[in-house]
Amino acid sequence: MIQQFENTYDVTVIGGGPAGLAAAVSAWEVGAKTLLVEREEKLGGILKQCIHDGFGLLMFKQKLTGPEYAQYYIEMLKNTDVNITCSTFVTDINRQDDGIFHLILVTHHGIKHIYTKAIVLATGCRERSAKQIFIHGTRPAGILTAGTAQYYVNILGQMPVKKCVILGSGDIGLIMARRLTLEGAEVEGVYEAKKELGGLLRNYSQCLMDFNIPLHTQTTVTRVFGEKRVSAVEVCSVDENMSRINGSERIIECDSLILSVGLIPENELAEKMNITLDAETKGPAADQCYQTMKDGIFVCGNAFHVNDLVDYVSSGARIAGKCAAKYKKRERRLIPVIHDEKFAYCVPQLIDIDSDQKKADIYFRTKQKEEDKHVTVTSGDNILIAKKYIEMRPSELEHIQIDIDKIEYGNDKIHVKMGKVE
Amino acid sequence: MQKKIICIVCPRGCHITAEKTDNGILVQGNACKRGYDFAVLEITAPRRSLTTTVRTIFPQFPVLPVRTDTELPKELLSDAMRIIDNILVDEKVRMHDIIIKDILGTGCNIIASSDLPDLTIERENR
Repeated sequence: MIQQFENTYDVTVIGGGPAGLAAAVSAWEVGAKTLLVEREEKLGGILKQCIHDGFGLLMFKQKLTGPEYAQYYIEMLKNTDVNITCSTFVTDINRQDDGIFHLILVTHHGIKHIYTKAIVLATGCRERSAKQIFIHGTRPAGILTAGTAQYYVNILGQMPVKKCVILGSGDIGLIMARRLTLEGAEVEGVYEAKKELGGLLRNYSQCLMDFNIPLHTQTTVTRVFGEKRVSAVEVCSVDENMSRINGSERIIECDSLILSVGLIPENELAEKMNITLDAETKGPAADQCYQTMKDGIFVCGNAFHVNDLVDYVSSGARIAGKCAAKYKKRERRLIPVIHDEKFAYCVPQLIDIDSDQKKADIYFRTKQKEEDKHVTVTSGDNILIAKKYIEMRPSELEHIQIDIDKIEYGNDKIHVKMGKVE
Repeated sequence: MQKKIICIVCPRGCHITAEKTDNGILVQGNACKRGYDFAVLEITAPRRSLTTTVRTIFPQFPVLPVRTDTELPKELLSDAMRIIDNILVDEKVRMHDIIIKDILGTGCNIIASSDLPDLTIERENR
């Protein structure tokens, strides 16, 4: 996988997961000399350990597993001249006076200096860990994130638990409940502090209901017991404000606690370059070309915002790769996209009205479950698009396409609104 | 008896009800034909795909992801797991190669979900 590489490129893609793979292929397709940098030994990112199926229904019209989806893209990439360097870290990025980016890479062959016209950040996301959710008690072995448990089982072939409690009902947590059960562990239950399931309904059905694993909503883990290894956890009901209901505590004996409590975009490099981040998505703000507020730096995949389908990641990353390949420095006229408070977030956060990317997919997530609502995108008095939704859930990303040519410059904002269906 | 089903065919997750009646099976709430077919199977003979791993002899690639090429009767999932647990892959495999043919006489094969690369070659390239 390690090739000899030159030191000047049109596009450098950082991250070789689904977003980086798609961005690199599409940058190459429009003629860019492209480098793909991956820190792990193998390409594919998190897909390598997501051995369950359900990937690619939109992109390949097939129900694929993660490794298959990754391999299809890796095969596409191998038919290109994209240079690939694995086991490689980007340690520094600087912009020179001539606008070219200078990257320092640490590779198997020592330190390399790379010069590139555009950068695509495809660095994915990280799991929220035990330290970020403030559980009382001791700190024994046996507290692990769902992704770590998945790595143990699906990559290393080792069982990290015998009897576990899962906190958080995100998709990886549900998938791991089924996976660990199939491999012979006991999953005592899945606990969710919120009222609503965190993951997709189909995963609740095929991962929990099929295996009779109970889901306890509005219940959270409040304490961990155990010296060397987890011996038990305390769970407790919580009210709508997430405050514990005294007297509802219950002790569950188990040897591990698995956390599936959310994902946060990985943005160490973006922060280093002072790229403006969006407080709602926790990723960089970007326009419909996936260009961040810093010219020449693009972002896609879960580094931009956490997606629930890899198919969305790939299609967005294809646009990011293509736009990075075509990048030329110019003044952008950016119009902010703002949204009602009923939405948790909305991306892209900006529209570049001079771009030749004339269609923009607006992706959004609601804060709560909404039924029979209209989503309308307006620019001044102009309705760009309106669409009716029978149901919208926080765990399910929705999207709506707008036509950039319909936007009149001078209207200083694009507004995404939600209203009742009359 | 009416059965409530959450459709698992696509990420949309429709709430479907299916009921055996004198005039056949009544399905409601599905958004597409695939959902209808799923609901009918669900109250007659539910089937599931199975994804898991098999052990290999290669320390750099200790387990190989595998899946069913069609779907197994739901009640056979744990029996299938026990058979898969006893398999050890000792040679290079290409994605979609058959690892176990006709598992439990169901006509369903267990196939590789990824290549198992020729690990000797990859090591020399370092």
